[in-house]
Amino acid sequence: MTTEAPTEDLGAATPAEQQPLSEVVIRFAGDSGDGMQITGTQFTSTSALVGNDLSTLPDFPAEIRAPAGTLPGVSAFQVRIADHDIHTPGDAPDVLVAMNPAALEVNLKDLEPNGVVILNTDEFTARNFKKAGLETDPREDGKLEGYRVFEVDLTTVTRRALEDSPLDVRAKDRCKNFFALGMCYWLFSRPMEPTVEWLQKKFAKKPEVAEANITCLRAGWNYCDITGLFQVKYEVESAALRPGTYRNINGNLALALGSVAASRKSGLPLFLGSYPITPASDLLHHLSTMKHYGVTTFQAEDEIAAVCAAIGASFGGALGMCSTSGPGLALKAEAINLALMVELPLVVFNIQRAGPSTGMPTKTEQSDLLQAMFGRNGEAPLPVIAPESPADCFWAALEACRVAVESMVPVVLLSDGYLANGAEPWRLPDLSELPDFPVEFHSEVEGFAPYSRDDETLARPWAIPGTAGLEHRIGGLEKQDLTGNVSYDPDNHQRMTDLRAEKVARVARRIAPLEVDGPTKGKLLVLGWGSTQGTIHGAVKAARAEGLEVSRAHLRWLNPFPSNLEEVLASFDQVLVPEMNGGQLAFLLRGTFLADVVSYPKVEGKPFYRHEIVTRIKQCLEVE
Amino acid sequence: MATDTTVLKKKDFQSDQEVRWCPGCGDYAILSALQTVMPELGIPKERLVVISGIGCSSRFPYYMNTFGFHTIHGRAPAIATGLKTSRPDLEVWVITGDGDALSIGGNHLIHALRRNVNLKILLFNNRIYGLTKGQYSPTSEVGKRTKSTPVGSIDTPFDPVSVALGAGASMVARSVDIFQKHLKETLRRVAEHSGSAFVEILQNCNIFNDGAFSYLTDKEQREAEGLYLEHGQPLVFGPEGARRGLRLDPTSLRLENVALGDGVEAEDCLVWDENRPDPALAFLLAQCRPPEYPTALGVLRRVERPTYDGAVVEQIAQQQERRGTGTLEELLYSGETWQVAADGSIRR
Ligand code: SF4
Repeated sequence: MTTEAPTEDLGAATPAEQQPLSEVVIRFAGDSGDGMQITGTQFTSTSALVGNDLSTLPDFPAEIRAPAGTLPGVSAFQVRIADHDIHTPGDAPDVLVAMNPAALEVNLKDLEPNGVVILNTDEFTARNFKKAGLETDPREDGKLEGYRVFEVDLTTVTRRALEDSPLDVRAKDRCKNFFALGMCYWLFSRPMEPTVEWLQKKFAKKPEVAEANITCLRAGWNYCDITGLFQVKYEVESAALRPGTYRNINGNLALALGSVAASRKSGLPLFLGSYPITPASDLLHHLSTMKHYGVTTFQAEDEIAAVCAAIGASFGGALGMCSTSGPGLALKAEAINLALMVELPLVVFNIQRAGPSTGMPTKTEQSDLLQAMFGRNGEAPLPVIAPESPADCFWAALEACRVAVESMVPVVLLSDGYLANGAEPWRLPDLSELPDFPVEFHSEVEGFAPYSRDDETLARPWAIPGTAGLEHRIGGLEKQDLTGNVSYDPDNHQRMTDLRAEKVARVARRIAPLEVDGPTKGKLLVLGWGSTQGTIHGAVKAARAEGLEVSRAHLRWLNPFPSNLEEVLASFDQVLVPEMNGGQLAFLLRGTFLADVVSYPKVEGKPFYRHEIVTRIKQCLEVE
Repeated sequence: MATDTTVLKKKDFQSDQEVRWCPGCGDYAILSALQTVMPELGIPKERLVVISGIGCSSRFPYYMNTFGFHTIHGRAPAIATGLKTSRPDLEVWVITGDGDALSIGGNHLIHALRRNVNLKILLFNNRIYGLTKGQYSPTSEVGKRTKSTPVGSIDTPFDPVSVALGAGASMVARSVDIFQKHLKETLRRVAEHSGSAFVEILQNCNIFNDGAFSYLTDKEQREAEGLYLEHGQPLVFGPEGARRGLRLDPTSLRLENVALGDGVEAEDCLVWDENRPDPALAFLLAQCRPPEYPTALGVLRRVERPTYDGAVVEQIAQQQERRGTGTLEELLYSGETWQVAADGSIRR
């Protein structure tokens, strides 16, 4: 918890004193049935309305229905609120709400020293200790030393608050998360009205449920007010956000919105072929609700059929796309190569997760970069783009679609689990900010050659079935230049290979040059890509605050690289490359530019902490 | 401008590409039959799309002067599904083989059929891998000696028609490459069907599996071994003087191959009804094999059910009717939004 004045600290103030905080990270943790995701999202929405900048990250249990009270069954939601511009959900929570011993056990190790723990003591029973694999009561065995612990018999006080409610005991107990939320609202001086309204709307058909939850929310607030449990209330002022309309958005929803926007801006109907896979399935879910925008979603029989159907749709003149994660990308490789060979547009959303093989589906990683680059037979380059934040997924999707149709090429977009599920406020664009790229299919019969090319982009004409006089055949066999007939001619194969590569390389002419944040030359550049942007940004800021001279740049296009990348790399004595993989971008940079970059790989299935990168920066600069 | 369909001839469907199958290959006959039937369908040729996978048969699109897509091994039904679903105005024909459709692409075939995507799927069954030069295929008989089974195959083969019936295909037929009249008639009937239509075409690979179907296709065998299905007619076959029929034994639920005459008449045989909603009898017929039974040729099943592509279009239309066609503004400015004013105040 970063306080305005470091001397002011939680618990050190006089009763009910209002204390300003610059930012705070709160983690709600409980059993998957405890409603922690709802609690977290409500706290988030309310904080948005208070005007805080914020960033959130849910942590779902790996198993769908792990036994209640066990470690694998723990579900958590982390939210960081601030009175200033922030880019990540924060490294370590300052406040942990733990609904049972398992939630405490799983999350305590992340808590900041001297952090606040709020416990539901009703769940701290011998039986639950056993379920959580604990030998002793963590309240008594010293585990909680160094933290400020607040014990609340949450189940008891919830039941007491609901004495008059017609609900049965089980339903009453389900309201305890709102009691806890009410307490947090008191502690962080949030208004209750938005949540009250939300509950009324959500349970319009079950007014007794709405009523019970509202009662608990208010009871939680009053409990703090009356008992004086916390002797201090905190206030996080609103951040100076750019004027505009905002909504909270996660990466997968942003990809869906970006895709539909691309469909409208190109004038092409959207066709998504997909096969359910964590953490990409939400993209399929979202687009399935957008049918009235002319969206077709096809849940295929497998990953291969999903991409093949998208290619078929592209052949017919649709904006064909598919969504998957690493193992699915592997299965799609041959079909993506077909799209590359027949030069049809295709957008492949790959929401990366920890691999190899099934790996850790719910954990994040950036380890499919080389798969996206090289995971196909033959010489098969294609454009690769990576969004840098949940909201940026919207823009990246739009850009990927645009390049795909302009260059008649499959494009891979690399998001990851962290972006997919993480959320942040998004200032909605003015519709005029969105680029138009209307697609015109080829219609000229005279002189039609399926593999002739646009002078600038080298794209071949998109001549769709149904156009009289343009009947032609395409396929995965090597094409003769211009005619597209099958050809085994050696010179032609060289030429076509070069043309396909050049077409991708030329995308660099239409993408923004790499921008350097900070001095454009110097001792150290931290170069990242994809979802690490927020953390790197924060780390570089922190290092600068300590007086270090360090610059930062972030790659959006991994293929082709922006045309000034080599020059930027050469302008720094050292280039530090943090990435959530074994050093894949570093490998590319070394191979492409013979640049001796400093690789900082991490594969723990979770994002970098800011302090980790700050430490590396210091190591590079040889300061303590 | 659409092509005038009244003047289309066979040659309009022949592309300028040299046909490269082995001389004597059964694929030539199938190509010729389809090129003959196509002009009769009254469909502008730019609306015809031929999609194939990999294998000898899959070279087919190159020889048809329509839109064509020679895709990857086994995936033609999936690619065709995407095309037909997003472009229901097109007529999409899939050309595949026994290896392509039943081995590497088995999954896509059964799912296209169960969904009832409005595709015409022609499976050229030569019971061998031709393009890779002679390995056994999923339809090769047990004991088959090939390059990859030098001491005989031990795999139990698929019967393609049974697979299609099992997958719930709404139309299933079987024909033979060189039975041109029968083949063309089958293709015509298939073209008329709304929904997935699957045709197994027995095809001779004279290089790697010559004579695989000679028990049926040899001149003297055609009448004795072929059961030519006709809707509403009894299941009878065989040359004059040696007529036989198939009778259903109600207790064992087996088909009996009986000689006609001597008190057993055509009327006693099962009357063929290709429109039966349940596929049980079609399945019995599909499984009929020599030497005990004749080979059933013609339409084994034809039922009406909603097409997948039609349902997709309908669902989108329904949603648009209910919710409007949506604007980008509605799309982006949906969900919970809030406004930050220039003075920093916030409104919902
Ligand atoms: S190998 Fe057999 S199937 Fe292939 S073209 Fe030659 S004869 Fe026809």
